[in-house]
Amino acid sequence: MSEQVPFTIEQFYKWASQGKVMGGKCKKCGKIQFPPRPLCDNCLSQEFEWTEIPTKGKLLTYTIIHVAPTQFQSMAPYAVGIVQFENGLKLPGMIKDVALEQIKIGMPLTMVFEACSTTGQWPQWQRYHFKPP
Amino acid sequence: MNGKPLVSIVSAGLSKFGKLEGLYAREIFALAAKEAYDRCPKLNPKKDIKALFVGQMGESYEHQGHTGATMADWAGLLHVPATRTEAACASSGAALRAGIYAVLSGLCDTVMVGGVEKMTHRSTAEVTEYLAMASDYPFEQWNGITFPGLFALMATAHMNAYGTTEKDLSMVAVKNHYHGSMNPKAQIQKEITLEQALSSRVVAWPLKLYDCSLITDGASCIIITKPELARKYTDTPVHIIGSGQASDTIGLYERESFTSLKAAKIAAKQAYEMAAVKPEDVDLAEVHDCFTIAEIIAYEDLGFCKPGGGGKLVESGETRLGGRLPVNTSGGLKSKGHPVGATGTAQAYEMYLQLTGQADKRQVRDAEVGLTHNLGGSGATAAVHVYRRA
Repeated sequence: MSEQVPFTIEQFYKWASQGKVMGGKCKKCGKIQFPPRPLCDNCLSQEFEWTEIPTKGKLLTYTIIHVAPTQFQSMAPYAVGIVQFENGLKLPGMIKDVALEQIKIGMPLTMVFEACSTTGQWPQWQRYHFKPP
Repeated sequence: MNGKPLVSIVSAGLSKFGKLEGLYAREIFALAAKEAYDRCPKLNPKKDIKALFVGQMGESYEHQGHTGATMADWAGLLHVPATRTEAACASSGAALRAGIYAVLSGLCDTVMVGGVEKMTHRSTAEVTEYLAMASDYPFEQWNGITFPGLFALMATAHMNAYGTTEKDLSMVAVKNHYHGSMNPKAQIQKEITLEQALSSRVVAWPLKLYDCSLITDGASCIIITKPELARKYTDTPVHIIGSGQASDTIGLYERESFTSLKAAKIAAKQAYEMAAVKPEDVDLAEVHDCFTIAEIIAYEDLGFCKPGGGGKLVESGETRLGGRLPVNTSGGLKSKGHPVGATGTAQAYEMYLQLTGQADKRQVRDAEVGLTHNLGGSGATAAVHVYRRA
């Protein structure tokens, strides 16, 4: 048990820092927990196996943020959206490398990872965003 | 218990909403409590009120937690058991629900439920950040998604699915500012034009400044008791006949639909069934218009119209004072203001005024059945209550 890689958000971001998008597939009911969780919300099992999530998907909805929190103010206006991957799972994120006025619901997007920045403070999560393929 | 009163409201209090310079949350709550005491002289607060449930969203605003005991003290209610309920913007909707649990359990005859938030001393950037704490941190906040941003994601999806327009959104703001112009406790008591709303600066496209509720200081409370005791305290109680509360995923992105809030639909179904009331029986409603799109989605989730029909419903004027089903006669969060923790019981306060004929210029005539709809976060909490004139 102690050898097993934990099915957690922290581990999701560790995989991401290796360029992988991973979910936890429940061994009992088959539901993919994405982001991974330690307890299956469907059948309450704790038995999972890692499964790779396709990084290609389409945009379900989006917004252009003009009034941003302090940390993101220098980037505003910026686009964020919810992307559905080819296997039906979803994740939110920024949309980059496309003119804001060209963003459209249904457009294909790919998840990419950014260079690591180490601030020394919690959290040290791998940054990702979406861009046109 | 179908249609029977669960509890009865015997009094209610509301502070002025707005920028209350120099007043701390506890002092604002005391103002709301005092109004409730004064409205109900037959009630002895120190003897009759057996517990306090008080909603507050954030400790960050005043660097102050432990809200339950603090508010009990400042309201002159020591040493009652006092508990803070936190469910983001539905914190006092959850307090009301907790108060109903307390009375129905038989443990308390009479309790005060309320809510408070002190926000305006902070910068917009700070408030934006504190409010965002009610959304998912590792994926939503982490990616720069703000609170207006989450509702903007719903608005874009709704516009795409149903053809809802930015004008429809602005119509909600125009209506609620009209109502707020008749509420002396509202933060903004003036009407706005459609052009003003449509041309206001973008906050999170498609949402503009006039699509967003306000940053507000304020407090609210109601006193509820067992229905059989209500007449001991007042000749004009208001009965709560239905209560529903439900939860959903903290992350908006995890949900099946972005054009409807499942928690609100579940809470509404519970409340309607308990009250033995149908959507068409509702005479007036206070709904959670934290953003204009939220009011449009609320119409649909509460069954006031079909999915996708919310934009047309606001355009029809039916939800304006004088229409078939006036919504947010108080001015709503949009014009009355949105001190987040205080909003749920501020909606109940408006229902108390309306159903006891004390709403002055904004009085809905012959109102018998009312409904409140209070959301937390992007809809991970929803509380719906149904009220009936005694």
